[in-house]
Amino acid sequence: MVKRYSVWIAAPVLLIVLPQIFDSGFAITMMSEMCIAIIFALSYNMLLGQGGMLSFGHAVFYGFGGFISIHAINLVTDDIIVIPLELIPLVGGIAGFFFAILLGYISTKKAGTTFALISLGLVELVVACVLLFPSFFGGEEGVSGDRMLDYSITGIGFGKGVEVFYLIAFWLMVATALMYLQTQTPLGRMANAVRDNPERTPFVGYNIHLVRFFQFALSGFFAGIAGGLLAINYEIVNSEMIGALASGHVLLMTYIGGVGHFFGPILGAVLYTFLHLTLVNITMAGQLYLGVLFIIIILWAPNGMAGILMVHQPVWRAGLFKELLPTYLMALGAGLVTFFGALILVEVNYHLSLSIEPDKPMQLFGVEFLANSWPPWLFSIALMAAGYFMLRPIIRKIGLKWDELTQVMQGGK
Amino acid sequence: MEFYVISLLNSLVFGMLLFMLSSGLTLIFGMMGVLNFAHASFYMLGAYLGYQVSVFIGFWPALVIAPILVGIIGAGIERYGLRTVHKYGHVAELLFTFGLAFMIEELILLIWGRVALNYQVPASLDFTIFKLFESDFPAYRVFMLVVSVTMFVALYLMLTRTRTGIIIQAALTHAEGVGMLGHNVPRVFMIVFGGGSALAGLAGVIGGNYLVTSPSMAILLGPIVFVVIVVGGMGSLTGALIASLLIAALQTFAVGYDYSLVDLLTLFNIELGSEPLFPDLWRIKIENTGPLLPYLLMVVMLIFRPKGIMGERES
Amino acid sequence: MKLKSLLLFLVGAFVFSIFSTAMAASGTIKIAYIDPLSGGFGDVGDAGQKHFQFMADKIKAEGGFLGGMNFEIVPFDNKISAKESLVQLKHAIDQGIRFITQGNGSSVAGALIEAVKKHNRRNPDKTVLYFNYAAVTPAFTQSKCDFWHFRFDAHVDMKIAAITDAIKDTPSIKKVYLLNQDYVFGHAVSAAAKKMLKVKRPDIKIVGDTFHPILKVKDFSPYVAKIRKSGAQAVITGNWGADMSLLGKGVNESGLKASFYTFYAGGLGTPSTMGKAMDGLRQVTEWHDNLSVEENRPFDQKFRKAYNDKFSNGGKAPWYYGRIRTMMEMLVKAFNKAGSTDPKAVAYALEGMEHTTYYGKVVMGRKDHQLLQPLYISRFTKTDGKMVKYDRENTGYGPTTEFKTDALDTATPSSCKMKRP
Repeated sequence: MVKRYSVWIAAPVLLIVLPQIFDSGFAITMMSEMCIAIIFALSYNMLLGQGGMLSFGHAVFYGFGGFISIHAINLVTDDIIVIPLELIPLVGGIAGFFFAILLGYISTKKAGTTFALISLGLVELVVACVLLFPSFFGGEEGVSGDRMLDYSITGIGFGKGVEVFYLIAFWLMVATALMYLQTQTPLGRMANAVRDNPERTPFVGYNIHLVRFFQFALSGFFAGIAGGLLAINYEIVNSEMIGALASGHVLLMTYIGGVGHFFGPILGAVLYTFLHLTLVNITMAGQLYLGVLFIIIILWAPNGMAGILMVHQPVWRAGLFKELLPTYLMALGAGLVTFFGALILVEVNYHLSLSIEPDKPMQLFGVEFLANSWPPWLFSIALMAAGYFMLRPIIRKIGLKWDELTQVMQGGK
Repeated sequence: MEFYVISLLNSLVFGMLLFMLSSGLTLIFGMMGVLNFAHASFYMLGAYLGYQVSVFIGFWPALVIAPILVGIIGAGIERYGLRTVHKYGHVAELLFTFGLAFMIEELILLIWGRVALNYQVPASLDFTIFKLFESDFPAYRVFMLVVSVTMFVALYLMLTRTRTGIIIQAALTHAEGVGMLGHNVPRVFMIVFGGGSALAGLAGVIGGNYLVTSPSMAILLGPIVFVVIVVGGMGSLTGALIASLLIAALQTFAVGYDYSLVDLLTLFNIELGSEPLFPDLWRIKIENTGPLLPYLLMVVMLIFRPKGIMGERES
Repeated sequence: MKLKSLLLFLVGAFVFSIFSTAMAASGTIKIAYIDPLSGGFGDVGDAGQKHFQFMADKIKAEGGFLGGMNFEIVPFDNKISAKESLVQLKHAIDQGIRFITQGNGSSVAGALIEAVKKHNRRNPDKTVLYFNYAAVTPAFTQSKCDFWHFRFDAHVDMKIAAITDAIKDTPSIKKVYLLNQDYVFGHAVSAAAKKMLKVKRPDIKIVGDTFHPILKVKDFSPYVAKIRKSGAQAVITGNWGADMSLLGKGVNESGLKASFYTFYAGGLGTPSTMGKAMDGLRQVTEWHDNLSVEENRPFDQKFRKAYNDKFSNGGKAPWYYGRIRTMMEMLVKAFNKAGSTDPKAVAYALEGMEHTTYYGKVVMGRKDHQLLQPLYISRFTKTDGKMVKYDRENTGYGPTTEFKTDALDTATPSSCKMKRP
């Protein structure tokens, strides 16, 4: 019993402790954004993972949630309505729900490519509307507000980043729990059935269009909550939040994390947000690394990070993981050598072609060298070659080890 | 009158450019079921390679060499990338091309830098071919038209009159059956993907100097190509042609009408108050809706006729 | 256990590299440069960074300020996104940076003004000062003005004032066409032009006031046809980037003979994509390539050449932001005058400051923090080796001054009500 609920106890503790350890403004902002990304990615997985609906326009509901929330904040500031700040995300959620109902009925008639293309068309339509309706979307500058409202349930002022983080963390727990419970409901289960076999599902007596539609509307609700939280966090909402780029981000993070498991998008959102926000200040090639990561996942790990973890669950249960560990460590070492070699090559090339002073020495891991001299190139190619030749036998070894373990486990039964 | 004639000609030129871009995509989709997000990136690659080759040996060789290079790159990507993810289904294939588009843009940044290229129309085609009313009509537009029409005719003949073309046509609808007959379907896929990429590359070579060659050119043109193939019907070449011309005309002609809803109301002698509900809605003129119309058309089409104008089956 | 030590070394090196870049060298004032360094606007942000870096190096070579202190430009990539700019602002503040500069995108500038204002109110002991070098929405120094924001670029109304003054003195212009991008900036250009032309030349007819979708139009020939049909002798446009390039190309192809008064015909990357379509276009800027030739200032020609030799990538991206030099020179003066590195003191020192730049006298508005500087309308023609000595971006076309407005004449009535700490 304790084991089953341990995650739901550990997570809040972690969320309370984390900002006390990492207390810089940037760290708080990053953790807040991670929490928001988790809600957003989980809501996206309600479509892609649970319902098999690939959407290129999920940010529409996220964006509408954000816009309506910031307008609500401004209305409260102007004393027109009274909503405590803690409940603003709910306003965003309702907005997302409303727009998902509005757009969802027609777009969920079909799944597959038709659905994907409708979502693509809808997101472009909404983006075109942003500039046509400046009094709602605020044009290019967007709409800004001040989250320090006079109304608050808890009495917290929300001037500081950490106070906002705790609000976001609270909503994260609520939303995650609700979305998890939703997977256990008949609707959540039927969404899986519709994903796997839309031909047979009607025979059980369910209308597949309505199942998709309800799933879509709920997913819009949670995306709206995430949007409302983002509005509170940054106190500004503009067109970039509603467009194809934001939709692309959530697709990438969900897929990298893994669509097949509930916790996949959580991993993906944390990793993606971390890389997205930190790489940009460390290297110019951040976009490239993210792209490579994404392609590697698609080519060799279609179930994402969660998929890789879950493959090991039976081995772990059988207590055989320690058998795998040495080869894994070797693979990690060889992989790092290869990666390090490739990294030098990429960084040298970016320095030469995109930095402002290519002739000046560049710095990598505290070592200073000239990019247009031969040693870094030679070193990098040597590392990559060495890593490649080390990796090949190790990967074969891992394969053999797996076969061995599978036999042991089957034999054990 | 002048406006209509000029707009008609210009929408024809732009429409044929769009068609060149979308013909490859519609064939690839029709046959392999892959919605290729990187298609516009091949167009960008074509423009950059076209520029590079024309710097070295001139525009005319570039017109042939650059599309071939793009075609080879496309075929390689199909062989070593797409085919690997094929077993994971269409979503994985689509996401692969999505990631590919990212990577191609990064590579172009890395090789050619961030600044837009100084890729200009070749001097031999840089003159006024005739005067229309008072406007000059540049020869390069006529050239673009000639290239795209030639390409359409060649492609049409290739698909209907040659053996390869007939196999491709058959594989469009009955891939498994064609495989049963002993044809190498994966190789046909590779040829179609490479050929489609080469067509996009050709569009890049002749469109890059006519428009602007910069790292964002793929993103700017990408979504509209999807509109074309959806409206035209996926897998249908004729449909893509009709849709390209239709969308080009839609965008070109919308410019000419500066009526708004207020004008409509005045027609019925209704006056709008000084502070109406939805103040923006009334202000919008038809000429401002240019970017909106294609997507509206696409969504409406998907809802009411998912197979498009000429398509034979739903996706 | 070799593997383990290797791993430890790698992790250590990684952490070290992050921290070593974060550690500050003493005696430097860091300026966070928050602009796009990747993505579609990466080229523009990249050029801006080079301008600032060049000025920082120059100031260092000349002995710095406050007894040997120097500027260090710390780049932060915001991908021209308002949200990521706010994250980067937090990042910069964490590193102890108290001065930021940004220029691209009014959406970003608006978000930064708000964020800096809120930050300074919530953290009065860690105030931040923001220098805006290119975002031109008039409201930033009018209704939305703020003590912590200084603008070194002329805003839309000021630039339109210069353009309409030039049109006022050109009696042959009887009909004017306005063509702009359909968003806040384009609407501001159109509104200002209509208002000012009505006052300065009531006889002029506005024969067209068109807004086109931003960065979506591939072919401007229908718009060119519309302009021709209207019979306009002059066109005013705020278009930038691809919208300017494609418009220029369309005009050139069709042989339309109207005078084009633009904001950004010479903007970074635009001339090289336009090529010979540059011929005859006009731009309004505070500085242009041949100003130092016209005014016979060899030293400033050397300055331009020194930058271009170092950073222009073979002339492809030459010196453009004349005002960045002004801004950095004024900052040196302000730090010296304030005698401290406290943002508040520097802000007070900047207010009302007068300075003689390489393009004339300028003064920083005391009430609204808007820099008043001369504006030049210049026309692009083929270089002739004499007065049109330098071209832009290797196109063979360079600007010559056609009209000049003095700094004080660019002042527009301001509605700024600033709260001072």
